[in-house]
Amino acid sequence: MTRPNFILSREDWSLHRKGYQDQQRHQEKVKEAIKKNLADLITEESLIMTDGRQIIKVPIRSLDEYRFRFNYNKQPHGGQGDGSSKPGDVLGRDGDPKQAPGQGEGAGDQPGVDYFEAEVSVEELENILFENLELPNLKQKTQDDITVPDVRFTDIRKKGLTGNIDKKRTIMETLKRNALAGQPGIHGIKPDDLRYKTWEEVRIPRSNAVVLAMMDTSGSMGSFEKYIARSFFFWMVRFLRTKYEHVDIQFIAHHTEAKIVTEEEFFTKGESGGTICSSAYQLALDLVHQRYHPDRYNVYPFHFSDGDNLTSDNEKCVRIIRELTSLCNIFGYGEVNQYNRSSTLMNAFKYIQDPKFKTILIREKSEVYKALTTFFARSEQLVS
Amino acid sequence: MTNEEIRKLEASIDQMMKLARSFGLDFYEMRFEICPADIIYTFGAYGMPTRFSHWSFGKAFHRMKMQYDFGLSRIYELVINSDPCYAFLLDGNTLIQNKLVSAHVLAHCDFFKNNARFAHTSRYMVESMAVSADRIRSYEIQYGKNAVEELLDAALAIQEHIDPSFVGRKRPREDVVPKEKKPDVKSPYQDLWDLDRSDRKEKPNQEEPVPQKIPARPEKDLVLFIMEHSKILTDWQRDVLSMIRDEMLYFWPQLETKIMNEGWATYWHLRIMRELDLTEEETIDFARMHAGVVLPSRTSINPYHVGLKMWEDIEKRWNNPTREERERWGRQPGKGREKMFEIREAESDISFLRNYLTKDLVEEMDLYLYQKVGNEWKIVEKDWEKVRDQLCAARVNGGFPVLLVQDGDYLRNGELYIKHEYEGVELDIKYVEKTLPYVHRLWGRPVHLETVLENRSVLFTYDGKKSHRKFL
Repeated sequence: MTRPNFILSREDWSLHRKGYQDQQRHQEKVKEAIKKNLADLITEESLIMTDGRQIIKVPIRSLDEYRFRFNYNKQPHGGQGDGSSKPGDVLGRDGDPKQAPGQGEGAGDQPGVDYFEAEVSVEELENILFENLELPNLKQKTQDDITVPDVRFTDIRKKGLTGNIDKKRTIMETLKRNALAGQPGIHGIKPDDLRYKTWEEVRIPRSNAVVLAMMDTSGSMGSFEKYIARSFFFWMVRFLRTKYEHVDIQFIAHHTEAKIVTEEEFFTKGESGGTICSSAYQLALDLVHQRYHPDRYNVYPFHFSDGDNLTSDNEKCVRIIRELTSLCNIFGYGEVNQYNRSSTLMNAFKYIQDPKFKTILIREKSEVYKALTTFFARSEQLVS
Repeated sequence: MTNEEIRKLEASIDQMMKLARSFGLDFYEMRFEICPADIIYTFGAYGMPTRFSHWSFGKAFHRMKMQYDFGLSRIYELVINSDPCYAFLLDGNTLIQNKLVSAHVLAHCDFFKNNARFAHTSRYMVESMAVSADRIRSYEIQYGKNAVEELLDAALAIQEHIDPSFVGRKRPREDVVPKEKKPDVKSPYQDLWDLDRSDRKEKPNQEEPVPQKIPARPEKDLVLFIMEHSKILTDWQRDVLSMIRDEMLYFWPQLETKIMNEGWATYWHLRIMRELDLTEEETIDFARMHAGVVLPSRTSINPYHVGLKMWEDIEKRWNNPTREERERWGRQPGKGREKMFEIREAESDISFLRNYLTKDLVEEMDLYLYQKVGNEWKIVEKDWEKVRDQLCAARVNGGFPVLLVQDGDYLRNGELYIKHEYEGVELDIKYVEKTLPYVHRLWGRPVHLETVLENRSVLFTYDGKKSHRKFL
């Protein structure tokens, strides 16, 4: 018998990129999946409920590889204790227990292991979400039919004017260099570390626009209704802020009477009491007359309510909305109506036949997306 | 590793192979390759150094590589069941780590070569998979990347539903009706006589036509059944399915022998390393790495640990049989190694656990069963027999549900009817509903899956547009 021999070698693997290429494809598919699930993602509690400020990332499940498999939650699994385990010991709560570090060969995709999360930043979500949204019927308004010069810092370079030193990036370079040299910390900034901002001048056509965000904060608005309204306005505000530099937003909260509130109050404060919607519409109308005249402004009133209005007020609502609609680019009314009951307000609004007046009914969370895409759809031209 | 370290490793491997052979291990020729981490992780994700492209491998690669980058886990070795046997060592490992890994893979290779489950697996799978990868690549060029990806998504979704028992044996062709014996008489007018004969034969059947069922008996190999009977697959698509099936057949024995195989390799790396002259520093490094490998987990069975303990227990028990064992079974002392080699040849995880996981071992290792109770994961069982039985049960059919094709022409409408052989554990409903459309993509007609929920039979159907569920 000849003795089995062996070869020990080390080759150049630098061109072997397969894993990275397929990883890239997976990430593309995650993006596609996000697009498809946008409606569910944008009403994630973790996003909306923390004033919309602290959150940087949303966890997104990576793509599942579906197959016929057992229900992980409905079968017993083996485990190993340190010698003192006894029945009733709790190993973990909710979710799936962590698996042991994977050693050995093969790509074992046991059920339950597959809870790897890819993270997507709010910015990424915004990019996808806002891609096809815009303020409909936006017009250049007479007095501001001029362009506004603006300066944009678009690049970082190693040479530049002293006044434009980018301090943060410069310090980062110093940190990096010192860390590499084995003496971490900020000391001895070298000329080579300096980073400068450079700018370009851009001219942005400026069209004035104002959004009048109205929300019913009365007692009949339950937590679900408030959550939906808040989700909608959360994304609306972000959308406007990222896309339009010069859009005024007025927040109007109302129950039996309406008042202008700050953005923070609008998103965080709950109120109670009855409902008189016309109070908000009247306040909006007053604002348009006093400060946002349609000669100079694109006007976008949006109102969210559960449709539960004081019946005797409905007629007044219709009258003011007609007047408002004639002055604005579009008027959007969103009704959060989980159980599909017939609401007096929606009934009254049926008689407003104006292409600029849009209503939408929201029954579940995922329909916030529908509301956004309906109200901010790329425009058919309505205003002549 | 520095070149000097590589020279030392080479000398050491030579020595270890001699030791291994003196212990009785029997392996193929070895090819050791030293690779950077991302290459090892690529191989780990794909299960092979050469395999077709698919995003799911990229996902696995990304996860494994990320865990490595964060220092959460580490693949030390990768060994491929082939002749010659390929073993991949991590470049970033220390010399002593790579020595341990080399000893470990020698035992794996011995196991691959000698365990009965691997008797029929192709030893040329590295080459086969490379050829498959090329062919799939050429289909991508010819039919477009998306078309190939859509097919692969569907094929991979059902890849576990094959019948490994066909390997090495001829598949029973039960769906083929045995032909009526023709008379041996040959004449120039035979075709005419035949016409007459078939006429007469069919008459008595006309009263009660017996439609030939396909398959004649329920068939486990869903992939093969679809390959052979789907009306919508084109030749290249059947070709891809057959490649996926071959690759799964190759991986199957590894699923069935995980505990035995890892335990075996761990047992032998210990024995081989103990024979080497290690410095004090190396001894500590080695002990640390070994301890990491056999670290038990509260929420899973570490095959390295459980396997090692079982092999050591077998050796001990067959070396020192009790008086009862001597008298009743005629066991002679000192037969530990012999027994081990016999088991490594004949058993697989299920029989290994069933026969050799003893009460003492379950208690010593503190094995238990845990389950979801409310929203807590709780230890629910410590009785050694129940623990053993569940560990076996979880390994039936590689841990995958057994599905049988009942009817390939359900409702006489070309629909596919599959039945889950329910044995007490329900299927993941969401996954059923997401997987059926993949089966439909391959079958082209409505597909049905019968299973059990809350002790009631239920039928899931996907008709190409929507999923339905109805209780039977």
